[in-house]
Amino acid sequence: MSVPAERPGRRPPPPRPPVKLRDVWHSASFRAITLQALVIVLVIGTGAFMIDNAMVALAKRGISTGFGFLTREAGFPIGEGLIPFSSEDTYLRAYGVAILNTLKVAALAIVLATLIGTLVGIARLSTNWILACLAAAYVELFRNTPQLVQIVFWYTVFTLLPHPRQAWNPVGDVFLSKRGLALPWPDPHPAWWWTIAALAAALILALWLGRRAARLRRMTGTARPALPWLVALVVGAPVAAWWIAGAPVAIGIPAMAGFNIRGGATLSPEFIALLLGLSLYIAAFIAEIVRAGIQSVPRGQIEAARAIGLSPGHLYRKVVLPQALRVMVPPAAAQYVSTIKNSSLGVAIGYPELFNVSNTIITLSGNTIEAIVIMMAVYLTISFVIAALMNWYNHAMRIRER
Amino acid sequence: MADAAATSPSAPRRPPPRRETGPLHWAHRRFFNGAHNVVLTLAIAWALVLIVPDLLAWAVLDAVWTGPDSACRSAGGACWAIVAEKYRLILFGTYPYEEHWRATLAMAIIIVLAVASGFERFWSYGLFAVWVVALGAVFTLMFGGVLGLAPVGTHEWGGLPLTLLIFIGTVVGGLPLAVLLALGRRSELPVVKALCVGLIEITRGVPLITVLFMASLMLPLFMPEGVTIDKLLRAQLGMIIFFAAYAAEIVRGGLQAIPYGQTEAANAVGLTYWQRTRRIILPQALRIVIPPLMNDIIRAFKNTTFVSIVGLFDVLGATSAAIQDPEWVLYAPEAYLFIFALYFVFCFAMSKYSESVERKLATGRNF
Repeated sequence: MSVPAERPGRRPPPPRPPVKLRDVWHSASFRAITLQALVIVLVIGTGAFMIDNAMVALAKRGISTGFGFLTREAGFPIGEGLIPFSSEDTYLRAYGVAILNTLKVAALAIVLATLIGTLVGIARLSTNWILACLAAAYVELFRNTPQLVQIVFWYTVFTLLPHPRQAWNPVGDVFLSKRGLALPWPDPHPAWWWTIAALAAALILALWLGRRAARLRRMTGTARPALPWLVALVVGAPVAAWWIAGAPVAIGIPAMAGFNIRGGATLSPEFIALLLGLSLYIAAFIAEIVRAGIQSVPRGQIEAARAIGLSPGHLYRKVVLPQALRVMVPPAAAQYVSTIKNSSLGVAIGYPELFNVSNTIITLSGNTIEAIVIMMAVYLTISFVIAALMNWYNHAMRIRER
Repeated sequence: MADAAATSPSAPRRPPPRRETGPLHWAHRRFFNGAHNVVLTLAIAWALVLIVPDLLAWAVLDAVWTGPDSACRSAGGACWAIVAEKYRLILFGTYPYEEHWRATLAMAIIIVLAVASGFERFWSYGLFAVWVVALGAVFTLMFGGVLGLAPVGTHEWGGLPLTLLIFIGTVVGGLPLAVLLALGRRSELPVVKALCVGLIEITRGVPLITVLFMASLMLPLFMPEGVTIDKLLRAQLGMIIFFAAYAAEIVRGGLQAIPYGQTEAANAVGLTYWQRTRRIILPQALRIVIPPLMNDIIRAFKNTTFVSIVGLFDVLGATSAAIQDPEWVLYAPEAYLFIFALYFVFCFAMSKYSESVERKLATGRNF
């Protein structure tokens, strides 16, 4: 049908119906606004009511509010820490010690869990039946029991170890007793800090150079061997820093002295129990992630790579790993975040991590709300930083279609 | 053509393919195919020979199964007698001794019903009604005070009944909250959306123990004077919120997987938001998310142990209290191994069930 040649005279628009209350009530926008206004009033009202209650209760107990308490003297000792702390130090420093303790145990647990988890995950895929069975048993046993029971169990085992005088001496100068694990450890010297700083700088530089080499290769098509140079940089820079800063070689050896073991470094039973509980549990999950990641690479990819004559090393480095990692990294990162958060279970065995120390601070200072806000803010910051890194990784690794 | 060539008498007969079944071939394929596998097998066998006899001797042969603690001191093996001595305390906590039958019955009801709920043929709205009635019976048994049962306050509850009740309460209370939070996060109302996102992300960003701590120790501070909430209920609230925040993200994944055409079609036939959500979107979305939700449910069971930190006597809390006995304190690892096994039975059963559901859903999928 074509457009009629001549349109009839324009009809007047229909008269607007009078606005009735009924229509307002039934309009979607009115309902949306009313509902949201109601929600806002409800949330703010409840919040104000609760905070008012808390203020009244705190005022009655004579507790001042505000973050001024952070600069006051803490008045309690902390069992262990990466930076020195005594009861004359401030609450602020106590938080610093606690946060470092949390990060220390979580970082070591993540490294340990990744190592164990990767090995177990690969073992589960082994053609060797008994190895696959043992790996499966490990995963089921550690995944299907509460982490807290595992941590408390390891700690209890530690408390039943012999006294330092009868300490076990499994290898070399390592001593295991109910006071912890004593290890040979370099004596403190500023050179070690320079070494660590040099290592970090070299790693960052190597990362940048590696990417630059890859970019150059893509642009010019000629591959120049970059890997040996990068390895030399990462190994050489710390060694050079260590040598320039004085090359200290003094190493503390633990030895029996009276009723205790002195010298070297001692890992406390709390630290080791928490480390074992965190890492062995998460390793079971990492193992499953590794297995799923490797299995997610289609067989055709591996067959194709073999067909064009890639060596097994190249096959894994260029074909299997890049695809498996894309599947593995997001769930593994979720497990890492969970490890950091679950380090708060140290409170059950007395490891001075953030939650435990916050608890003490609340009891001593009475600044409950402020202490909780600080604690939550720290945990949220850690979680969000890792989430942001994760988003960045996913963005960098996304499949680029041409 | 090919057949004719293959059967022609002039072609040489090829030998049959090698047999690849039978125990010997199995052993060869599994243990000795290649040099590195032979080395691996021998190394594992050597390690097992070193460990297993000692472990067996400690756990079974030299172990003490019953008797006083003095019997354990002279024995070289494990002291399972601590379990025989303390199992009532571990399983029931501080629940009055003469009333243990009530807690046992309550547990039995929960377990039977939970197992029955796993069968798809029972999935109906009737099941909810049965749960409501059963939970009523469970609470009557646990609280007492009626029908001639002696009253037992929640401060006396403990052990496995407490663990199971907190677990059931977390799941039953947390799932509806999770669905609401997930719907709220996808809502078109900015205020509702912001509120749900905030609650989910903050809860997921902090450890469970801080949420429990807030609920147990902070909530009383925020209540007006004179208002007190039961300690168990407070811990339960914390558990529910934490579980719901994680489950909400899983439900959201399910909601996002439903094609938008479903919503458009529902709108086209004139369904309202709630009709559409209840009858079209949720039934499809929830079906997809059952396997990942099961993982969270298993984790909720393991996480019930956290309440022992805020002073409740669940299985772990009761065990830690039981081993304070100075005569038995040396045998604490055996007591922990016992509850280790106890938790394992529950979690392993749930994870195997979850795998079977996943398989069933995967085979039913036709795309």
